Amino acid sequence: MADQEAVDLDRRKFLTVATAATAGVGVVFAATPFVASWSPSERAKALGAPITVDLSKLEPGMMLTYVWRKQPIYIFKRTPETVAKLAAHDAQLKDPKSSDSDQPAYATNEMRSLRPDVAVLIATCTHLGCLPKQRFEPADAELGADWPGGFRCPCHGSRFDLAGRVFNGSPASVNLRVPPYNFENDNTLVIGSDDAAVQGAA
Amino acid sequence: MASNDAASQVNQGAGFMGWLNKRLPVNKFISDQLLEYYAPKNFNVWYFFGSLALLVLVMQLVSGIFLTMFYKVGDTTAFESVEFIRREVSYGWLIQSLHAIGASAFFVVVYLHMYRALMYGSYKAPRELLWLFGMFIYLALMAEAFMGYVLPWGNMSYWAATVIINIFSTIPVIGPGLVEWIRGDYGVADATLNRFFSLHVVAIPLILLLLVALHLVALRQVGSNNPDGIEIKENKGSDGKPVDGIPFHPYYTVKDIVGVGFFLTLFAVVVFFVPTFGGLFMEEANFEPANPLSTPEPIAPSWYFTPYYAILRAVPNQRIGALLLLLAVLAFFFLPWLDRSPVKSVRYRGLWFKGMLAVFTVSFLALMYLGLKPASASYVNAARVFAIGYFSFFVLMPLYTKWDRVKSVPKRVSFHE
Ligand code: HEM
Ligand code: FES
Repeated sequence: MADQEAVDLDRRKFLTVATAATAGVGVVFAATPFVASWSPSERAKALGAPITVDLSKLEPGMMLTYVWRKQPIYIFKRTPETVAKLAAHDAQLKDPKSSDSDQPAYATNEMRSLRPDVAVLIATCTHLGCLPKQRFEPADAELGADWPGGFRCPCHGSRFDLAGRVFNGSPASVNLRVPPYNFENDNTLVIGSDDAAVQGAA
Repeated sequence: MASNDAASQVNQGAGFMGWLNKRLPVNKFISDQLLEYYAPKNFNVWYFFGSLALLVLVMQLVSGIFLTMFYKVGDTTAFESVEFIRREVSYGWLIQSLHAIGASAFFVVVYLHMYRALMYGSYKAPRELLWLFGMFIYLALMAEAFMGYVLPWGNMSYWAATVIINIFSTIPVIGPGLVEWIRGDYGVADATLNRFFSLHVVAIPLILLLLVALHLVALRQVGSNNPDGIEIKENKGSDGKPVDGIPFHPYYTVKDIVGVGFFLTLFAVVVFFVPTFGGLFMEEANFEPANPLSTPEPIAPSWYFTPYYAILRAVPNQRIGALLLLLAVLAFFFLPWLDRSPVKSVRYRGLWFKGMLAVFTVSFLALMYLGLKPASASYVNAARVFAIGYFSFFVLMPLYTKWDRVKSVPKRVSFHE
């Protein structure tokens, strides 16, 4: 067969581009389940359900550590004197009013808590996630005579006060996060839920 | 073309070899890559590290395959299974040590290999792509080492994973979600360990092998540089062969075997007599199981990451710190285009380049040391000074390589030093 018809180059180019584009869309669709598989599994999410903490034995100045959603949570009681002094070092803090930090609306206050006496903080350092160590004694030899008491992170030296607010000069830029929580009664703390109604239904 | 002529002259052989060569280019390969491949005749010890890197790669693959036979991935089983390998599997202690210390040896070898390229300008044209493949190998190697370090699920594994993954949380907007996606949980957990295992034993080794193959093909295409930075292909004799070249086999195959002998001797001394290498090659805190409720103190990454870690820590703002860490690694990619010098080798460069290379060398080593130390104010301040030294080597390079008063490069290679 002597088919002398010239090759239609425009048509060929169009078909090449169209085929490649279709294949590209296919690749994106095919990649989606694989990419999605890395998100927290249903089981990981289920294990992230709220936890209940009994506060009846927690004395002022003492701290409990619980794990919620794989993150250690620091729960401690502040004495009335500590509470009274918390505002005194505002000038040394990066974000004293917690306006750039992450906490529920009801904890966006000077104490960063629902109740002034009970502090609930996600312990992972807002710098890179190590656990700041408890340094509650004021006027520490290492941390200085004006140290009001708080936490120091062993990894890169971030310092936080007893409301989890970060001091100037720390590599962390924001305050320790506050998880959602509520009180079922005076001595029962629920971490992971700020809605008593939802908690009651569960 | 000369190579075609050479190929057509290849002896196909008789009998079995003749049969084979018709079906697989065995003799052609040996001829092209070994007997008729001309390498500069002035290689020095710095040219051992490429073949040594290949050796370590094979050692890691073999010891890794055997470790995988006994290792049990999972947050409740991993730590115990590594103890089991070290204590109860026959020669398990040796296989585990070879693999763990081999990781450090890999970085020793690769850092020296890269430093050679800095000294002799091996990243400059026409070897830019060879250098870029090398840099991708370096990135893959860092990922491989980091994920491997997590697998024993010791306390240092756990916290190293936590801190390093969290570096991604500093990316604006997508950071926090990205970190959750990488971990597959709200903290570093079983899901994280499992995916790192898969990447460490399957995905990244495959990528590494592919990249090494490309690295070597690119090397054969442009040919090796040498300590004088002279292109031997530009000076060919009447036989069409570079006058300063010698066949790769037997000259360099045998020389490389001598290098292998020295390397394995040193390596064996470390494995048998100083396996932890003062806590640098194996860390104390990693002999305790992962504990999400206790950060080991002090915490430091493996020595080969500490220069970058020191830079991260030197910056009081976490976002800028993470950005500088990234730039410190990526800066190497741009070297071929930052360097404006007409000569390659440090031997013919002027005081500017020599001085800046010295600044870089001192800064890199100092940062490596500082990254291993706790984050006290004096160490952090020192790290700031050396970070400036580190970056000035790259940032100022287009300027000082222009100002540099270079010597004239001879036509023939030399053997001094
Ligand atoms: C698994 C890791 C690696 C292997 C197995 C490997 C292998 C080799 C081999 C066998 C050579 C030729 C022998 C020699 O010049 O020493 C070579 C040359 C070279 N490699 Fe690598 N390499 C690796 C990683 C790297 C990295 C990380 C870089 C840089 C970022 C790099 C850059 C270069 C350059 C620039 C050359 C040419 C050097 C010259 O001719 O002066 N390589 N490599
Ligand atoms: S992780 Fe706490 S200071 Fe860096």
